[in-house]
Amino acid sequence: MKQKGWKDLAPGSVILEGGNAVNFKTGSWRAFRPVWIEENCIQCLFCWIYCPDMAVKVKDSKRNEFDYDFCKGCGICALECPGKKGKKAIEMIEEGK
Amino acid sequence: MATGLKLKELSKKEDLFTHGHRMCSGCGAPIVVKMILLATDYPVVASNATGCLEVSSCIAEYTAWKIPWIHTAFENAAATISGVETMYRSLKKRGKMDKDIKFISFGGDGGTYDIGLQSLSGAMERGHDMIYVCYDNGAYMNTGIQRSSATPLGADTTTCPAGIAIPGKIRPRKNLTKIMAAHNIPYVAQASPSNWMDLMKKVRKAHEITGPKFINILSPCNRGWRSKTNDAISLSKIGVNTCYWPLYEIENGVTKITFKPKEKKPVVDFLKPQGRFKHLFAPENEWLLTKMQEEVDTEWEKLLKEEQCV
Amino acid sequence: MTQVVAVTGNEAVANALRQINPDVCGIYPITPQTDMMQRFASYVSDGKVDTEAILVESEHSSMSACIGAAAAGGRVVTATSSQGLALMWEMLHIASGDRLPIIMPVVNRALSAPLNIHGDHSDAMGARDTGWIQLWSENGQEAYDNTIQAFRIGEHMDIRLPVMICLDGFIISHSIERIEYLEDAEVQNFVGPYKNFLPLLDLDKPKSYGPLILPDLYHEYKKAQHEVMAKVTDVVLDVAKDFEKMSGRSYGLFETYKLDDADIAIVILNSAAGTTKDVIDEFRAKGVKAGLLKPRLFRPFPYRKIADALQHTKAVCVMDRADSFGGYGPLFMEIVSALYHAKDKPLLMNKIYGLGGRDYLPEHAETVFSELIELANGSPLKNVKEYLGARE
Repeated sequence: MKQKGWKDLAPGSVILEGGNAVNFKTGSWRAFRPVWIEENCIQCLFCWIYCPDMAVKVKDSKRNEFDYDFCKGCGICALECPGKKGKKAIEMIEEGK
Repeated sequence: MATGLKLKELSKKEDLFTHGHRMCSGCGAPIVVKMILLATDYPVVASNATGCLEVSSCIAEYTAWKIPWIHTAFENAAATISGVETMYRSLKKRGKMDKDIKFISFGGDGGTYDIGLQSLSGAMERGHDMIYVCYDNGAYMNTGIQRSSATPLGADTTTCPAGIAIPGKIRPRKNLTKIMAAHNIPYVAQASPSNWMDLMKKVRKAHEITGPKFINILSPCNRGWRSKTNDAISLSKIGVNTCYWPLYEIENGVTKITFKPKEKKPVVDFLKPQGRFKHLFAPENEWLLTKMQEEVDTEWEKLLKEEQCV
Repeated sequence: MTQVVAVTGNEAVANALRQINPDVCGIYPITPQTDMMQRFASYVSDGKVDTEAILVESEHSSMSACIGAAAAGGRVVTATSSQGLALMWEMLHIASGDRLPIIMPVVNRALSAPLNIHGDHSDAMGARDTGWIQLWSENGQEAYDNTIQAFRIGEHMDIRLPVMICLDGFIISHSIERIEYLEDAEVQNFVGPYKNFLPLLDLDKPKSYGPLILPDLYHEYKKAQHEVMAKVTDVVLDVAKDFEKMSGRSYGLFETYKLDDADIAIVILNSAAGTTKDVIDEFRAKGVKAGLLKPRLFRPFPYRKIADALQHTKAVCVMDRADSFGGYGPLFMEIVSALYHAKDKPLLMNKIYGLGGRDYLPEHAETVFSELIELANGSPLKNVKEYLGARE
């Protein structure tokens, strides 16, 4: 990739496109991967509200898959998940296993 | 119409703080920012003090902010947003601005309790219509866990390391929330991401009050607290339940505790899971644990009395 | 219609700011600037301007708030002196790095320690490398005129940089002079409405100001800033041309006085130039070809043009009202740099004068010109840099 020259830069180092960090993927930071077990999910959305990386996809108020492009694998979602009848809807598994 | 404070409704809103930010895995600060922006139903402009949140959210031509955002330096997030807010008022007065905009300033405890205290005090006294949010993780985490005046008693940091001669930080925290309340501004509050509804209600309330507002929010840092990456919410919950971090608000001088734990837990419950307090559990440092419990008790009693003074 | 008044430098500049009627003004007291912003504050209170004043708790917050306000999108001013400018130092770099055309009169004053409230150039010289355009002013009239021109220069769409207007503390700020005011409408027409550039308050295009930039790009950002500075000189001259059409008063990058055929010359900034001009007349009367060069634009420094103007002389003394301890005076260093590439160059000496408000009297200029005559006639130069008139 050609690196930018000084003429290509925005004046004052202002970033002109709000939220363009969506193009910077942080999923490769992950050592542990959260896995969603749908049958144990009560759709409380705690995983969504507590996720520091906005990596829980929600559509029409329903929880969808994790966004593994961005999930850093902290495990907050799995810890906070109330699950159903004592069974967690999110489990952490080691990446690569 | 304001979005209802229900997760199902809130989840329909666009994330104004996006993924792709580079905060550490499991950091509390992005959770805090996300909750604040979700609670905000107005156009909002933010400033940010130099620190973890700032360097990780706006770096190398990528910004995680979908709102207008400005960082200038470390000690002046409040002064900076006060300038933005003043220009907004000036343009409104001159008929060049027709929108209603809210202003928020974010700073860590180093940028707020310490180096930014003057700038914050000045902006509050001047009466700018803004919310200052301190995300308090109890040390200078961005530079590598140095002690700040928000660092709790006994904590081990890189500038007050727990050694044989000195057992970590030997001074208690500064009570910044009370200092801000002493400015007689219309709204001051303490919140925690573990109690998201309480946090969002406070943000909502603050937005509806004209003038300067201050919200101090506990923001766990698993690197600095030497805890697990998954415990930002559980630890902040214990912080609240031990009354180490009471949830309260002071609205026009009237104190209201917004959450009273059914059973006040001992402060060791909060300290134990954190590596920064590990040395306190050695027999020779037991006096620090006692002192810490005493301090938490005294502050909590004071708060309960203040609440009764209405 | 010109209005002729007898006012202080501070009052003249405050009046220029009133005529321009900026959107936001940061106000904080410091001697000898205080009186300028105090006057402006009364314009605000009396409804003579629409400006929103921010009555900050320090100069650091003043510049921070001005940066926030300028980024938000509008015309912003503040003013300071000495310790205040020093306290702003960190933020000065951010104002220029963010390319925000904040306009700031600097009433030049010495720096502590020891504490001294009087005029010298240590403050603005300390801000030399902050990326601000610097215009220097000999008297109240020049300070007034420079202030008006500064808005056009800094806000020019090719420039977008902050501008300092330097005037000597007390000597100019507090002395009453004859000054010609322009009409309010003329000034407003000359400066024109503020043109927005990447305003933060544009909600439809959310921007982020102040990112962390890593080594792969920082160098390029600074190169871009350097290139912008290189465009300033032409803009300063264009604006001066328009200003002359309106006011009849002519400005360049620097002023010369009887320099064209001079053998010896003094290079000096601000108010001391007036005294020097009188002494030049004395020496000319005695048949000595003495002259003067007074820089107006110090940043960016017009090296080539100044070298062209000085290179025919035999000996030049550069007078500094500031010192770089362990180095030569800051103005001297610039003049030496300017002349290094010239084909012919004069002998050069450096005098530090008038620190902390010490009077610069005709006898001081006479001493310097006498030394320059000797130097031009072949006497050896004992010391390149000397303190003028310091008692043993």
